[in-house]
Amino acid sequence: MTATTVGAETRNTDRTFSEKVTRFIGRSPVHIVLGLIGLIWLVPSLGLLITSFRPSSDMRASGWWTIITNPSFTLDNYVRVLESEGIGAAFLNSVFITVPSTLIPLVVASLAAFALAWIRFPFRDTVFLVIIGLMLIPVQIGFIPLVQGLKPTGLLTNFGAIWLTHAAYALPFGIFLLRNFFITLPKDLIEAARIDGASNLGIFRTIVVPLSVPAIASYGIFQFLWTWNDLLMSLVYVQRNAAQPMPVKITQLLGTYASEWSLLAAASFLVMVVPLIVFFSLQRFFVQGLLAGSVK
Amino acid sequence: MAVASPPASRGSQPKSRGDGFQINWTALLFMLPAALLLLVFLIFPAIFTFGLSFDRGRGGEFSEFVGLRNYINLFTNDPNFLRIGFPPSGALWNNVLWVIFYTFLCVFLGLLIAVMATRVRYEAIIKAVVFLPMAIAATAIGVIWSFVYFPNANTGLMNALLGIFGIGPVAFLGSPDTVNWAIIAVGVWGSVGFATVILSAALKGISTEVLEAARVDGASERSIFFKIIIPMVSLPISVVAVTLVVNVIKLFDLIFVMSRGGPGASSRVIAFSMYQEAFPTGRYGYGAAIAIVMLLLLVPVLIFNVRRFNSERVTA
Repeated sequence: MTATTVGAETRNTDRTFSEKVTRFIGRSPVHIVLGLIGLIWLVPSLGLLITSFRPSSDMRASGWWTIITNPSFTLDNYVRVLESEGIGAAFLNSVFITVPSTLIPLVVASLAAFALAWIRFPFRDTVFLVIIGLMLIPVQIGFIPLVQGLKPTGLLTNFGAIWLTHAAYALPFGIFLLRNFFITLPKDLIEAARIDGASNLGIFRTIVVPLSVPAIASYGIFQFLWTWNDLLMSLVYVQRNAAQPMPVKITQLLGTYASEWSLLAAASFLVMVVPLIVFFSLQRFFVQGLLAGSVK
Repeated sequence: MAVASPPASRGSQPKSRGDGFQINWTALLFMLPAALLLLVFLIFPAIFTFGLSFDRGRGGEFSEFVGLRNYINLFTNDPNFLRIGFPPSGALWNNVLWVIFYTFLCVFLGLLIAVMATRVRYEAIIKAVVFLPMAIAATAIGVIWSFVYFPNANTGLMNALLGIFGIGPVAFLGSPDTVNWAIIAVGVWGSVGFATVILSAALKGISTEVLEAARVDGASERSIFFKIIIPMVSLPISVVAVTLVVNVIKLFDLIFVMSRGGPGASSRVIAFSMYQEAFPTGRYGYGAAIAIVMLLLLVPVLIFNVRRFNSERVTA
C-alpha cells in the first residue's frame, strides 16, 4: 500500500519540465544501447535486401550504402535467379517438401498424444519417457543406415525419404508438446462424452482437436519453418538435383558464384520471404511454437 | 449433466479396467503410426549406427569389426577432430568454444536487452527486431553475414567500417585465426532473440510489488538486479542455456554455408565432421562413431529435461 503511494508521488514530481529532461538524460544510455542493437540487427539484412535490387556491375564497384548518393534499381537479379539459376523450381520443391513434412507429423503426433493423455494402457508413462528421450536423438544418427536402406526403394530421388524423415524426427517433440497440452483439457468434458457413448476417435475429433488449435498451430508453424529452412536433411535425403529445395540451391550458387552478391542476395530473400510472412502474420503462434520446446 | 459427471466418471474407471483389452487395442491404433515411424526412422537406425561405429563400415555396411578403433582414432589420431596442444584445435574444441562463448553471449545479451527493453516504449519493436533472425533460414543468415565479412573495403560492410580506422581489409572467413570467432558472432546474432523473448517473459513474471518493496527499503538498482532479478530468472536462464548448448552440438548449416569447415578444417564442428566423414569421404564406420559421440554429448541434456519434467509433474 505504501509502495504504491510512493510510486504515485514520484510520478507526480516527474511532471515538471526539468524533471522530465533529467529523466530522459538519465535514460539516454538505454536508448543509445538499444538503438545500436537495433542497427546491428537490421543493417546486415537491409544491406542484402538493397544489394538484391542493385545491378551487379554497381555491386562490384561500390558498397550498397552508396545507394543514397547513387540510386539505381533493377529486378534483373530476381529474374535471373528465378529463371536461369533454377531458384523458381527450387521454390516449388521447397513447397512440395514442406507441406507433407508438416502435415504428416501433425496428424501422427496428435493421435499419439491423445492416446498418451486420455487412454489408459500399460506402460503409458514409460512410453512417454522413451519419447522424451527420443527428442534428443540427433538426425545424424539416421544418416548412414537410412541412406543405405532407402537407396533401393527409390525414395531418395523423389520426396518420399525427406517427407518421412522430417516427419519421424519431428514426432518426439510434437508428441511431447501436444500431450502436455491435451492433458490440461478439462477432464469432466472428456469423461462426460465417454458416458454419452462417444468413441475415442469421436472425442479426439470433436473435443480434443478443436480445443487444442493454439497448440497444434504452434507445432505446425514450428515444423513448417524448420523444414522450410532446413539444409542438412535435404543434402542427405534428396539425392536428385532437380528435386532440391531452396537452401541447397543457394549453397550451390554460393559455390558457383562466390562473389556474385546480387544473385545470392536475391536468392536469399526468396528463401526468407515465406518465413517473414509467417512471422508477421502469425507472430503469436510463431513465438509460442518456438518457445514451446524449451519453456512449457 | 456437468454436475453429475464427476462421480459418474469415477464410477466408470473400474469398468474401463474391466474391458481393458479392448481399450488397449484403441490405444495401440492411436499409437501405431507414431510407433512405426519412430521404430523405422529413429530406433532401428540408432541401433544400426551404434553397431557400425565398431566396424570399418565399408560401403555403409558391416564389413570388418574394429572394436574401439574408430573412437580411439577420433580422440587421439585425428587433428581435424581433436588436437590437444596449445592452443587446442579441431572440431570438438571448436564446439567447446561455441558452447562457452555463444551460450554466454546469448544469455548475457538476451538478459541485457530484456531488462533494458522494459524501460522503453518501443519494447515490442526492439524485441521483434532482435527475434527476427529466428525466422530466417541459417542458409540466408550465412549469406547475409558472408557479405558483411566480404574481404573488400569497397563492398564488404565490416571492412568498410574498419577501413575508416585504417584497419584491414581482414579476410574474416579466410583465416584460421578469425573464422571461428566470426561465425560464433553470427550464431549469437541469430539466437539472442530466442534468449531475449524467454527471459523477457520470465522478467514479466516477477511481481512489481517485490521490486517496489525492495526500492522502498532502499535497495540500489544494482543490488535489485543481482539479488532479486537474477535469482528469480535462474531457472529460465538454465533452460535457455541448455537449449543453446543443444543448438551448438547440432550446429551444421551455418558452418556449411559460411566456411565449409575451412580454411583447411579450422572451423569444423562435430556435426560438420560427421557429415564430411560419412558422405563426401565415405568413411561410414568413422562417421557412425562421430554420430554416437554427438548422442552421448546430448545425454546430460536428456537427464536435465527428464528431471525438470518430473519436478513439474510433482508440482502440477
